[in-house]
Amino acid sequence: MIEPSHYLSNTVKNLKPSGIRKFFDLASSMEGVISLGVGEPDFVTPWNVREASILSLEQGYTSYTANAGLLELRNEISHYLKGKTNITYSAKEEILVTVGASQALDIALRSIVNPGDEVIVIEPSFVAYSSLVSLAGGVPVSVQTNGEMEFKLQPSDLEKAITEKTKAIILCSPSNPTGTVLNKDDLEKIARIIEKHDLLVISDEIYAELTYDETYTSFVSIKGMAERTILVSGFSKGFAMTGWRLGYVAAQQEFLSAMLKIHQYAMMCAPTMAQYAAIEAIKHGKEDVMHMKKSYRQRRNLFVNALNEMGLSCHVPGGAFYAFPSIQKTNLTSEEFAEQLLMEEKVAVVPGSVFGESGEGYIRCSYASSLDQLQEALRRMQRFMQKKC
Amino acid sequence: MKFSEKEVELLELLQDDCRLTAEQIAKMIDQSVEETENMMKKLEEQRIIVDYTAQVNWGKVEGHEGVKAMIDVKVQPKRGVGFDDIAKRIYRFNEVKSVYLMSGAYDLSVIIEGKSMSAIAQFVSEKLSTLDSVLSTTTHFILKKYKHDGTIFEQDDEDKRIVVSP
Repeated sequence: MIEPSHYLSNTVKNLKPSGIRKFFDLASSMEGVISLGVGEPDFVTPWNVREASILSLEQGYTSYTANAGLLELRNEISHYLKGKTNITYSAKEEILVTVGASQALDIALRSIVNPGDEVIVIEPSFVAYSSLVSLAGGVPVSVQTNGEMEFKLQPSDLEKAITEKTKAIILCSPSNPTGTVLNKDDLEKIARIIEKHDLLVISDEIYAELTYDETYTSFVSIKGMAERTILVSGFSKGFAMTGWRLGYVAAQQEFLSAMLKIHQYAMMCAPTMAQYAAIEAIKHGKEDVMHMKKSYRQRRNLFVNALNEMGLSCHVPGGAFYAFPSIQKTNLTSEEFAEQLLMEEKVAVVPGSVFGESGEGYIRCSYASSLDQLQEALRRMQRFMQKKC
Repeated sequence: MKFSEKEVELLELLQDDCRLTAEQIAKMIDQSVEETENMMKKLEEQRIIVDYTAQVNWGKVEGHEGVKAMIDVKVQPKRGVGFDDIAKRIYRFNEVKSVYLMSGAYDLSVIIEGKSMSAIAQFVSEKLSTLDSVLSTTTHFILKKYKHDGTIFEQDDEDKRIVVSP
């Protein structure tokens, strides 16, 4: 008998398991749960997109594509990014199609991090960032944001965290889990610091399609930033294509070819049938995206309003499909709150603490659920709040 | 008529689910309840919102399945009133559920509902084809409804997502 743990790499042994896992196990074992814990759209991928993928299978497109992805898709992405960011990315040299934005983040980090390099992660943050930095051999350094400032990164806090070893920072706007959107002003302030300290930025813009109150500003469109930014995005959220696992990364040619090296050895290429679906989505999906966006905004308005009314104070999240209300009134920790709400009222939310220290005292609720489900969840949460306060 | 963005949004919401209350809609489109109520009232008065009804799948209600037919009607339009006059003569019958003026090979598309095929046959032969302006009719019986007015009748609504995800 061997002792497997003796053989595991130290990096993996030291990785924290995702805090979401525990809630997943608990919630999946129960009947009649309304889940606001889902980090994906409630829409099924539009039929024209599914149909395009089926057609590609019927026609026998089942082999590998070029490592960087189908050129037709890269052309479409280039065209799309030009429209959104006003930056021209060369389809042949500056765009790479990945297996979800997650793989894009992974290869972005692995291509720039040397052992011991520090990468700044803004918390509360998507659960994968810190771990991906560690896996790449880097050291994640967290910068906290706070609820009173609507979880916007404060330039002075960023500056304090920068050391000699800082290589890059990961930005995510609109943010999972807070829904916070950094506007042009915010981004310009951050850009000045980036420039001053000669840093790189990995800009995770997977929720870019889902901003509700102001026009979206991509970090790469800020003057001087395109050359130091690795732009990560994909089809999952805006186009309701999570299960297809299709993302992309755009960056200047040298960064891109470094990432392509990792990608060609570790992944070969993104799934071919998903790439054909993505071509259809990006070419003809605009109206569907607008329709979904409108529906999220309506649900956001209703949901956030109701949270505030029942004493779960919450800023109006400008993007994504998450509300991140404070649970301070209940004097419970995030984890206690989430656990009791699940056991007593069968509503699943994610404790804010899993997204970092500054998420403590908050919960993440996804409003990407049907109106009927949301209203029932709100009734249960209100009953819960009356009991606890 | 021109309508504001909020009015259009309200119309879309109600078309999707007419059970939504003014309070709910008000929150969703970010305006006061009073404004929303007034908006709804105005749209009703203008007959923009014509009706609040439920989509019923009668095919599943035993003894009430009924029979529907779509009838292509060729008519002789009249000077001065065009097709409107004959359309009105047709849509006034209770059996007639919809009437559309069509481009192409025939003029009016008429959807009628009856208890049985013979009831529909009787209506067509006695009421519809005997109208003065009606030149010919072609009757198509509807065998099964898959989707009607944007609603899929045998929809699989199950949420296939995992319960908690990052």
